[in-house]
Amino acid sequence: MIISQLGYYSLIFGLLTSIFIFFNSSIQLKKNNLVISDKTTGLIGFQFFFVFISFISLIYSFIISDFSNETVYNNSHTTKPLFYKITGTWGNHEGSLLLWLLVLTGVLLGFIFKSRNEPNNYRLLTTLFHQIIVIGFFIFVLKTSNPFNEIFPVQTEGLGLNPILQDPALGIHPPILYLGYVGTSIIFSAALASMISNYVNKSWAKNIKFWILFSWIFLTGGILLGSIWAYYELGWGGFWFWDPVENVSLMPWLSLTALLHCIVTLEKRELFKKWTIVLCIITFALSMVGTFLVRSGILNSVHTFANDPSRGIYILTFLLVLVLLSFVIFIIYENKNFTQKSEIFTLSKETAVLINNWFILYFLSVVLIGTIYPIFLDVILDEQISVGPPFYNKLILPFLIPFVLFMSIGPSMKWIKTNFKFGAKSFFVIVFTMVLSFFTVYFIGEKNIFILLLFIGFFYLLLKSLDQLREKTKNFAQIFSHTGFSLLLISILLNSFSSREIVKNIQVGESFTLKNEKIIFKKIAIEKEKNYESIVGFFEILDDKNTIINLQPEIRIYNEPEMATSEASIKTTLFKDRFITINIIKDQNFFNVRYQHKPFMIWIWISTLIIMLGGMFAIFRKNKEVNI
Amino acid sequence: MYSKKVKLRFVFIVVFLTLIALTTFTVLKVLKDNVVYFKSPSEINLLSEISNKKIRVGGMVKKDSVMMNNNKINFIITDFKNELYVTFSGTVPNLFEEEKGVVAEGFLNDKKFLVADKILAKHDENYMPPEVKKSLGE
Repeated sequence: MIISQLGYYSLIFGLLTSIFIFFNSSIQLKKNNLVISDKTTGLIGFQFFFVFISFISLIYSFIISDFSNETVYNNSHTTKPLFYKITGTWGNHEGSLLLWLLVLTGVLLGFIFKSRNEPNNYRLLTTLFHQIIVIGFFIFVLKTSNPFNEIFPVQTEGLGLNPILQDPALGIHPPILYLGYVGTSIIFSAALASMISNYVNKSWAKNIKFWILFSWIFLTGGILLGSIWAYYELGWGGFWFWDPVENVSLMPWLSLTALLHCIVTLEKRELFKKWTIVLCIITFALSMVGTFLVRSGILNSVHTFANDPSRGIYILTFLLVLVLLSFVIFIIYENKNFTQKSEIFTLSKETAVLINNWFILYFLSVVLIGTIYPIFLDVILDEQISVGPPFYNKLILPFLIPFVLFMSIGPSMKWIKTNFKFGAKSFFVIVFTMVLSFFTVYFIGEKNIFILLLFIGFFYLLLKSLDQLREKTKNFAQIFSHTGFSLLLISILLNSFSSREIVKNIQVGESFTLKNEKIIFKKIAIEKEKNYESIVGFFEILDDKNTIINLQPEIRIYNEPEMATSEASIKTTLFKDRFITINIIKDQNFFNVRYQHKPFMIWIWISTLIIMLGGMFAIFRKNKEVNI
Repeated sequence: MYSKKVKLRFVFIVVFLTLIALTTFTVLKVLKDNVVYFKSPSEINLLSEISNKKIRVGGMVKKDSVMMNNNKINFIITDFKNELYVTFSGTVPNLFEEEKGVVAEGFLNDKKFLVADKILAKHDENYMPPEVKKSLGE
């Protein structure tokens, strides 16, 4: 009770601090102060502290199962394990917005600390713009999504957390994702500030690059966790479904990736100033669009906790205000400050970055159209449609080939002008690529010229990246990520062409075969846990060498809320995942069994980790020369 | 006469706009070919012809209609006005049950018969696909 009160008033204090910081920094800006007073820094610290207290109070309320709190009552239960009580804090609309606010204020604090050597008006302006976002979200939380609402009479038991959210990967997915997703806000504020303070130059690029990398790394990690979760928990054995909810996290990732390449060009050559600013604005706008789509109840998914139209309208209005504001600022300051060398197309790294950005922007548009169009049609024409994977495959795959070719040669280019030498090594790489691709296509038995071209492109990128990795002069971090990306593409392609599956409805004791393997349904057992009962199926897989592999998929029937989930049983090896799920239909005697071979699954996760690690190297090796 | 620079810029803009127009056209074309429409059994009944495009059908699983054998699950989707026979060989979501909402995706054989290749999962017991809500609400 008292803890909830504390959390609530802490939020109010946070809002008041924000308003105070807003006016305080406006006054300081007018005075043209040369130093940011300790007071401002202190206030930003306090603001974060207030949100932090509020966040801790909510976690505490969840831990002690304080059912006088509406959020806790709706989303928790006393029998839940402690870990899921804690992760349940952000497994709902109100709590996740509090987390949003925490990250939002946290990144500003981090920014102020990291930018001590930057010009003061730039720092103050960033603070000012960031406070507009912060205030907007404070009001949003307090008005439409207060996590500390009380209910009376106090209930003795809560409603529980959706069982499919009770999972370790999904427990930490929201905080990681938010660090990336909400981290883009500081890029937005800083971009607007740099425009007004005429600071769009090399040192600004150096300063903001950290935050771009920061958001990019966490967003990659968040998407990875979500994807792993979807793979085993939704029981489908897929890792990407082009679901709108996935798309809204992919879109900011794409524009962040474009931005990452742009910012280095700005840092080294002072080029693409306007374009960089536009990308900064687009990135945050996309992350707001995602929040709007997910929170408004327009999209239906596990992320849509409650449908409340007022929330959607608020976010949409706020988004439009921010976009309009940045648009106006851009128009006013566009020609004032941007003295820019004219861009000439030569064979250079600048051109390579530009081409990279065009491609990424194209991919982004495809994803955006595929995501928005069904919503548009629903609202305008009241017609329900869905856009499936073929749409994305047809529009993205063909363009991946030129994209990876440019990606292969881009890093070898030099700034301003490059002279390419076609030596014995280049010839060797091409021959090796061809041999590898033909062999792979032959091996997986696909007689399709298009697939062959895809493999040629992907293997070429892999071999070129590995080659560039050996050369000491090149940027290690970037090439490392590129290698990861080529591995990811190859794994995905191999995975999608050599996955095999079989679905059977069988009873205990029966068996079936997939390729050379025999799958035997041995027995079932009932196990009782604290918050669920589980039906465990015991399966034996006999492969062609007569090795026995045991798999034990489960059906869990949770008690609060009462709901069944399928827990896949997966045997991972270096080259293949064996994946089995069981299901039952009420009043039927059969078990619905699905058995899959998913080749190279683990490589999809590993290569994404490599991409992410590349970003981390870029941050930690910053003192050494970092190039893209 | 225009200077060389202006001419170059003009060419650049024309090429750029053509590219954008071409891309937009392609994207919309592919989009049109790849959308999956959602219909209720009654709406299917009103169709004048059966297209060979993928379709989603939503409604309620009719009571006592589920029949299983080793390879197939057969059931009937109803919106309480019209019914549609569905045959399906694949995994069913956890919350697939008689007298509960369902969405099946697949190809129509005729107005009464759907060969489904996917049955959509629901995320929790309170959740109903918007399509189902709509078709049951009508």
